[in-house]
Amino acid sequence: MKRHKETQSRYRVTGCCCAALMFFQDLSGAHSSVEPATPQAGRIANLWWVMFYVSVAVLALVTAALIYAVFRRRSAREQTAPVDLSPNTNRERKATRAAAVALAVTIAILFVLLGLSFTTGRAVSFLSNESPLEIKAVGHRWWWEFQYVDPVPSRGFITANELRLPQGRQIVLTLTSNDVIHSFWAPNLMGKKDLIPGQESRLIFRPEKQGVFRGQCAEFCGFQHAQMGFLVLVESDGDFSDWYNHESQQAVQPSNDSEKRGRQVFLSSTCVMCHTIGGTPANSNIGPPLTHLASRTSIAAATLTNSRENLAKWVTDSQKIKPGNRMPPNVLGPENLDDLLNYLTSLK
Amino acid sequence: MREGILLFPRPARRSPPALRLRVVGMGALALLIFQAACKREERGFRVQPPSASAAEGSRMTDFQPGPRTPESPVKNEYEDNAYALSEGKRLFQEYNCSGCHFNGGGGIGPALMDDEWLYGDKPENIFETIVEGRPNGMPSFRGKVPDYQVWQLVAYVRSLSGQVGSNAAPGRSDHMQTSSPEQSRPRESPKLSGKPR
Ligand code: HEC
Ligand code: HEC
Ligand SMILES: [Cu+2]
Repeated sequence: MKRHKETQSRYRVTGCCCAALMFFQDLSGAHSSVEPATPQAGRIANLWWVMFYVSVAVLALVTAALIYAVFRRRSAREQTAPVDLSPNTNRERKATRAAAVALAVTIAILFVLLGLSFTTGRAVSFLSNESPLEIKAVGHRWWWEFQYVDPVPSRGFITANELRLPQGRQIVLTLTSNDVIHSFWAPNLMGKKDLIPGQESRLIFRPEKQGVFRGQCAEFCGFQHAQMGFLVLVESDGDFSDWYNHESQQAVQPSNDSEKRGRQVFLSSTCVMCHTIGGTPANSNIGPPLTHLASRTSIAAATLTNSRENLAKWVTDSQKIKPGNRMPPNVLGPENLDDLLNYLTSLK
Repeated sequence: MREGILLFPRPARRSPPALRLRVVGMGALALLIFQAACKREERGFRVQPPSASAAEGSRMTDFQPGPRTPESPVKNEYEDNAYALSEGKRLFQEYNCSGCHFNGGGGIGPALMDDEWLYGDKPENIFETIVEGRPNGMPSFRGKVPDYQVWQLVAYVRSLSGQVGSNAAPGRSDHMQTSSPEQSRPRESPKLSGKPR
């Protein structure tokens, strides 16, 4: 019996350690609130750690009290003695006092944490004087539209599911939605904020670390909510302006016959009703713009890597990949599909 | 006599049979509720809509030589499906039908919420109108809209004049409501007017 108890408790300890390890492993990486890439996310991370350690301390105290209570059971004499049922004993008074102190400490801790959250919240919504880069994010079921607003209107452009940012520049991200409520959540950059139809909200941050981070819709928005991700690429100023200049161009012209036929397939079938390819008659905003599709690393809201095979799977039957998404399946002959893929992969 | 707050009160005892009866009763009630929740409309994402050929050869007039041949009406299952109808409503905006038909009230194109039809009110007529286009300015969407979406549009167009059941017709709009919801439209009795507006 005793042996059995020992092994059981050993299992329990190992289990707890494993859970703790998994927890800490999950914290690192491209979608993490404790690996900040902006000073704003840094403040949030600090707050996170304060809350973490306070909670751990409280948990440890409560557990210790519980264990003490379990082991300090009534002595043999107490168990056999006739039970004293008069309520106002010394013991009752002591217990009441202990509970009152615990309650007071709990309330005090909660108020301190509330104060800290409040000051952090104020600190991260602060806009500095320098001119920011303005980007508008529009949520769609189930993809992200990013509009780069340029002082010269013809240089502004729209892209999808990939947010590129220059390192060290202040960003003002304006958020709104085309249909239902979504939520912009890229924890390495900033806390989450909802995208609300018919209303605009703002996020302000300054990326200071280069890298690729992942973001995710954080407000349930329908069937494919879980597959509504995006990537954030923070680049050096030079790389960013190269990319920016390229994005403000129209799509490249097809360079051979197959690509030309592919463009024809695109323009004469359903695609033209939903997508934009700059410089062609395709000019619709129901699906993501494809003007520079080939220079993105992922498709379908960071669901698949951008490869020819994945494009083929997506174009023929996207309902298999994201059931319920708003792109219909397409029946194209093998030749048409081949030409179309040649064209799509040429759209650098 | 009790003074102060009791932190360790004795639990009041409830008679076990009464308790058991209550638990059983609650369980039975929960089962009944779950039973009711079972009847849920199906959402097919890889759908088999009525085929396009169903609409082929639909006539525009009753006028015909020889004895009258009965028409076999096309059943558009989407008319009983709330999801398909709401998709139709969304597509009606997204494919810019509303740009000409103004939420069904009529503008450049004729009103679709009234009882007058130029080219017929039957699902197959409307299907043909959308796919083939009509001479006085209705564009042809042939090849540009997949068949199943055309049928969703057809179902929605018919809901504009109250031709589909109110339990499936849309009850709200994503954007500002411009008229009474499709769900509460009176059922018009369609007639072929032959005269634009
Ligand atoms: C009814 C509208 C509609 C039609 C028609 C349509 N698409 Fe789409 N497409 C979408 C939507 C919506 C998405 C985004 C889906 C998602 O990620 O949830 C999309 C996504 C895509 C993507 C992935 C883009 C990215 O960056 O994530 C490609 C590529 C694409 N479509 C190509 C095509 C081609 C080629 C055709 C024609 C054969 C076509 N689409 C027809 C609506 C449409
Ligand atoms: C460019 C403007 C335009 C667009 C876009 C348009 N329509 Fe029309 N539509 C018209 C006109 C004009 C007519 C009348 C045609 C005629 O009299 O020959 C018409 C006729 C119709 C009719 C026949 C009405 C009757 O009385 O028989 C239906 C149904 C219809 N449209 C549905 C649609 C749907 C659904 C869409 C979107 C997929 C759409 N239309 C898009 C202009 C448009
Ligand atoms: Cu979502």
